[in-house]
Amino acid sequence: MKVLVCVKDVPDASAPKRIDPQTFRLDRSVPGALNDFDTHALEEALRVGAQEGDGEVVAVLMGPPKAADSLRKALAVGADRAVHVADDALAGSDLVATSRALAKAIEREKPELILFGQQAADSDGAVLSAAVADRLRLPVISQAASLELADGKAKVKRQTEYGYDVIEAPLPCVVAVSDAINEPRYPSLKGIMGAKKKPQDSVTTADLGVDPEEVGETGSRTEVYAVGEPPPRGESRRIEDNGNAAEAILEYLSEKKLI
Amino acid sequence: MATLVYVEDHEGEPVKGSLGVLSKAAKLGDDVVAVLCGSGVEGLGEQVGKYGAARVLVADDPALEAPLPQPRVDVLAKLVESEGFDTVLFGASVLTADVAAGLAARLDAGLNWDLIDLEERDGKLVGKRPALQDSVLLDVGWKSEPRLALIRSGTFEPVESGGTAEVAKVPVEVEDWSKQAVMLERAHEESEGPSIEDAEVIVAGGRGLGKPENFSLVEGLAKALGGAVAATRAVVDAGWYPYASQVGQTGKTVAPKLYIACGISGAIQHKVGMQNSGTIVAINKDPNAPIFEYSDLGVVGDVHEIVPKLTELVRAKRAT
Ligand SMILES: Cc1cc2nc3c(=O)[nH]c(=O)nc-3n(C[C@H](O)[C@H](O)[C@H](O)COP(=O)(O)OP(=O)(O)OC[C@H]3O[C@@H](n4cnc5c(N)ncnc54)[C@H](O)[C@@H]3O)c2cc1C
Ligand SMILES: Nc1ncnc2c1ncn2[C@@H]1O[C@H](COP(=O)(O)O)[C@@H](O)[C@H]1O
Repeated sequence: MKVLVCVKDVPDASAPKRIDPQTFRLDRSVPGALNDFDTHALEEALRVGAQEGDGEVVAVLMGPPKAADSLRKALAVGADRAVHVADDALAGSDLVATSRALAKAIEREKPELILFGQQAADSDGAVLSAAVADRLRLPVISQAASLELADGKAKVKRQTEYGYDVIEAPLPCVVAVSDAINEPRYPSLKGIMGAKKKPQDSVTTADLGVDPEEVGETGSRTEVYAVGEPPPRGESRRIEDNGNAAEAILEYLSEKKLI
Repeated sequence: MATLVYVEDHEGEPVKGSLGVLSKAAKLGDDVVAVLCGSGVEGLGEQVGKYGAARVLVADDPALEAPLPQPRVDVLAKLVESEGFDTVLFGASVLTADVAAGLAARLDAGLNWDLIDLEERDGKLVGKRPALQDSVLLDVGWKSEPRLALIRSGTFEPVESGGTAEVAKVPVEVEDWSKQAVMLERAHEESEGPSIEDAEVIVAGGRGLGKPENFSLVEGLAKALGGAVAATRAVVDAGWYPYASQVGQTGKTVAPKLYIACGISGAIQHKVGMQNSGTIVAINKDPNAPIFEYSDLGVVGDVHEIVPKLTELVRAKRAT
């Protein structure tokens, strides 16, 4: 069975993150990394792909040229093929524009299962899966804490504000997985070496039949007017553990009369 | 402004977060309409009317019985088109995030999420959106109508305006593909497990504990401090700890005097459940963990080393 995974390249966790005061966009010139949340989607794709025998796992990423590193990591971990949706016209895409381009890229692949991560670490939206599903007119189940495939259906346990729902949908469908669904594997040395030989397509808006005016900044429907400071939160103290952190915490609690 | 506020319901009650958004919308604008989607929800119309809606529209249909997003997108898309709403607001939840995102795609409408405030500035609607782990606060807006927004949970309190609303049923037509996902089992409140909402001290554990057995470290510290144990969604989803102890957007909201976070990254969805704690102490080995952005005392270190030692010290101190 063919499983498609949407993965994003986000600023590395240790990179300084900032909004460019000129463009009001996230500064993407800092080192990037494969979105951690998507490693769980990838792992799940490999698991169900393998379970179905001759499965194929295709990783799809929309992002600037340098995001190809994250796609390569997906290949190193085990994806069979990668599709990079890359085009200058896509820069500055919001949800409406991103979902339009990704949906077109997914349509071309005709997968039986489309997996998303829980959220992109740089946007915290957890919204793209439902938007893409609407464009594809496919059922969507988000926040999957577990996923089972049987009889051409996906069965998902999903946490909501009230506990756990169990939801089922026929394939093909879109599922966004929680970061607790599995323990993602690390790429092996062999995987890293082999990644270079795996097929990697780069596709443009023209290839996808997407009107460049309908994506990127012109195709986006939201905008940012200003970047400001968050409300200040009192004083905060930071310590590094040199073996006496426990003592320092106790002292702090005593000082604050919390003990 | 012609604003539509989606009011979510659960077990026969409108959800508090939605009513909060409705109250806020009523304060901002003139013509605020609320919409309820469900099966057998007509009776809630009157109650919703007390929170500032001029009209309450009710989409009542068996196809809307389960809290699944796609049939709701169908209903809202038709309503926005037929009634010409220029703004649609949602209190964020697992359900409404999917509804709002689906609607954005359907209508090619801008969606701003995670807003913590809304204001009208020179006739323009402007949202306040914390970004990058709440390290910056953006002013965001929309380039076209309709404008869609998800408001961060717990942002606005419901305020009864004392008004009454005209309640009207609206037709429901659901697309075929929207009916394909079905609810086999529906979440119900789990009552077992300790109550963490009244605790004065909470020690919370996350995935950084490494394995379920290590929750004993957190339990030991909680016991020494006379507090309760809480957990993140990551460990609850993974089955390490019961759902009743989860703090955050889809868990409990707590505000103890002291909250000690052990091996927790501090995602926004966790933060919204504990940010009003008196004092927040975080222990995390990653100096870049977002939790340090909002801790009073941030300790960069290993929970396995620090927590047992701290427990001993607390015990010793309390014994004297
Ligand atoms: C709609 C929605 C609702 C959500 N609701 C909730 C909710 O209600 N509650 C909630 O908590 N989350 C919620 N989440 C999930 C949230 O986004 C995070 O995925 C989750 O909070 C992460 O949990 P964690 O901190 O335990 O795990 P991780 O993010 O994996 O963090 C583990 C941390 O432990 C640290 N660590 C590792 N080893 C050690 C060590 N030995 N010593 C010290 N530190 C160590 C790591 O540096 C890391 O920072 C929700 C998400 C969505 C999309
Ligand atoms: N540019 C992108 N290219 C491919 N997949 C993406 C992209 N952005 C987000 N995703 C996927 O959508 C999920 C949710 O993202 P978001 O809704 O932005 O938080 C991520 O975990 C990814 O699986």
